[in-house]
Amino acid sequence: MPFYLVMGVIGSTYIILILAMMVADFSYTSPGHIWEALASREIQYAIKLSLITCTITMVLSVVVAIPIGYFMARFEFRLKKFLDAVLDIPIVLPPLVIGLSLLILFQTAPGQFIESHLRITYTVYSIVIAQFMVACAFAVRTMHVTFMQINNRQEQVALTLGCNQQQSFIHILLPQAKNGILTAASLAWARALGEFGPILIFSGATRMRTEVLPTTVFLEMSVGNIEAAVAVSLIMIAAGFAVLMVVRMFGDKTTAL
Amino acid sequence: MIHCKDLYIEQGSFELSNVNFKIEKGEYVVLMGKTGCGKSTILEAICGLRKIQQGEIWLNGINITDLVPGLRGIGYVPQDGALFKNMTIAENIGFALKIRKWNKTQIDQRVTELAVMLGIDHLLKRGAHNLSGGERQRVALGRALSYYPHILCLDEPLSALDENTKEDMYNLLIKLKDKLKITVLHVSHSQLEASKLANRVLRLEKGKLLEVSKKK
Repeated sequence: MPFYLVMGVIGSTYIILILAMMVADFSYTSPGHIWEALASREIQYAIKLSLITCTITMVLSVVVAIPIGYFMARFEFRLKKFLDAVLDIPIVLPPLVIGLSLLILFQTAPGQFIESHLRITYTVYSIVIAQFMVACAFAVRTMHVTFMQINNRQEQVALTLGCNQQQSFIHILLPQAKNGILTAASLAWARALGEFGPILIFSGATRMRTEVLPTTVFLEMSVGNIEAAVAVSLIMIAAGFAVLMVVRMFGDKTTAL
Repeated sequence: MIHCKDLYIEQGSFELSNVNFKIEKGEYVVLMGKTGCGKSTILEAICGLRKIQQGEIWLNGINITDLVPGLRGIGYVPQDGALFKNMTIAENIGFALKIRKWNKTQIDQRVTELAVMLGIDHLLKRGAHNLSGGERQRVALGRALSYYPHILCLDEPLSALDENTKEDMYNLLIKLKDKLKITVLHVSHSQLEASKLANRVLRLEKGKLLEVSKKK
């Protein structure tokens, strides 16, 4: 009994801390503040831009994560460990460094060439790229684990039954990976929603132009409007929690990060 | 008839060399050997699932060494059945026919025919989850037989079954052998399975086919 008590006390400390943060946020603001925040033109723009960019990032992340996850799970090759580490770089790098690196990338000759045809930095495109850089790494990790957990014997049987690799992938592997895909998509969306550091550096924090919800929190904080910042934070907490619940209820329990 | 000529298969530090054997049409051959000796490797090479470094595989007078698995006409049943979990039993059995673009009526007819033969017609609408070991292997057999393969390759299909289910499966495999006159290469480490089912037994030891015994 003392053993479970000690474990329970240690474990519950962290859970209490998370819940205490939420309660503190709620107690700092009121429904009126939240309503006021939702009525603000700037915040409405930020919500709309966040929803659009997060959704685009989610789709891009899943589209890229599926083939990478598949190759990493199904094939052995010489530089696999190196590539695996490369794919984790966006997860371990400080967000500001990712933003700075993207900014520098678009100062190089190829970056400048792209910029001369389509302006990227400090535009909405840069928000999607900054979100994608981090969110995709989580989607890739999720899809890698998802495909690893599906026995490749089924694909082999499908090959003997007359499928080519593409048919085996589409008819056998992909349908079984649907929960993993949902998990990857949800995580990518949630990560994109919370991304701030790379966006601040790579896209700037211009009201009604490159303002997503984390930017709003930053801008409201910087002018001392704490109530509005907290109200926007609560909107983000609610959206993030909703996504996590979707993952828990419908996603692949074994791949949910 | 299947003929493996001088097969050499290397996989890391493991290798099989000089593998030569023939299986005549309608023969039921059991390939025996200790766990990890390479029995399944030979089976997978015949099915086209494993690359061979040297040698040739001939099926009914055609060199199939470089043919993709789906064009070989070989039915494959792995140890765990490997049923497609996203499909019903009927869809599992009819999958190869759907890929071959048979029409729905033809597929339904063939699936029902096989299901009745294998005693699983009551399972057709069920999903591939929660089947017993015997049911799973019957479905896997039906799926492998659906497109009239030249040869059936069974990779330890009975090893995970209990004794009673094994007995039922022996009877079923003997019935299939007699009724369909199909050529079978059956990998096993069980002497009992070999004695019950085989026309001929091949034994693989230390990377080489050492012994060939014929059933009286």
